[in-house]
Amino acid sequence: MKNHKVVIVPCSGIGKTLGTVGRVATYKVVERMRPEKTRTICLALLTMGDNDALQLVRENPCIAVDGCPAQCSKKNIEASKGDLVHNIIVTDVLRKNRPLKPDGVIELNDQGEKLAEIIATALSEKVDEILHKEKCE
Amino acid sequence: MTLATGKVGIICCSGEDLPEGTISRVATRLVLEKLRPDQTVTLCLPLFLAGGEDERVFARLFPTIAVDGCSKKCAEGGTRKYSGKPVATILVSEVMKKYPHLRIKSREKLGPQETELATKVAEEIAKKVDEILCKAAEK
Repeated sequence: MKNHKVVIVPCSGIGKTLGTVGRVATYKVVERMRPEKTRTICLALLTMGDNDALQLVRENPCIAVDGCPAQCSKKNIEASKGDLVHNIIVTDVLRKNRPLKPDGVIELNDQGEKLAEIIATALSEKVDEILHKEKCE
Repeated sequence: MTLATGKVGIICCSGEDLPEGTISRVATRLVLEKLRPDQTVTLCLPLFLAGGEDERVFARLFPTIAVDGCSKKCAEGGTRKYSGKPVATILVSEVMKKYPHLRIKSREKLGPQETELATKVAEEIAKKVDEILCKAAEK
């Protein structure tokens, strides 16, 4: 059995609330929900073509978490020839949870935190699915 | 050649994997939202690669400050590689050396010490913004 971790790569989203939502959702998974099964990486390292970062995304299944349709995380993983197995765009999740009005970049409001929790739960389930599938292969 | 006047671009690494990356991000937002809202603009660093020519001219349009969490200096290197050479770089790990009593642990939620450090970094960025604009005004 391969001993892989799923690498969750949020976008940097410095200009938008939904970038922070993706980032917070990622931390919820890698630090609390699935700490043994996941890790994250600095997206800027991939943008720069850092060798360790390239190796990590090529040798482990990756999930991109993007705040907006520019999909910087997904595109950077693809440009790095990473093993992209799934991607989430926060705007798509928000569309399915319309009553939520996330706000804040430095710190999310309660509704932003709630949206991050919804995404984190979906990410955790996807991580289990990916690793289960890998185990069965 | 820098075309825009009166604005300084700030590109931070955002470093998702390190607490210093979160400090770089929060400090940048503090400058944009509170300290120098009318004099600064930003762009997501990975958008240099994912975006188009509009994004890549950023450092040619604005004198740019790179804010990096660690010595790998992704913001400085990425800006230079895809857009243009930054005018200055601020390194969070270097600023931390001036305030050894401030400990940073969390990547997600900033506690009082992390918030204080982010404020110190933001103040250094704002000082650099003023220097750049002052020099530009003298020309």
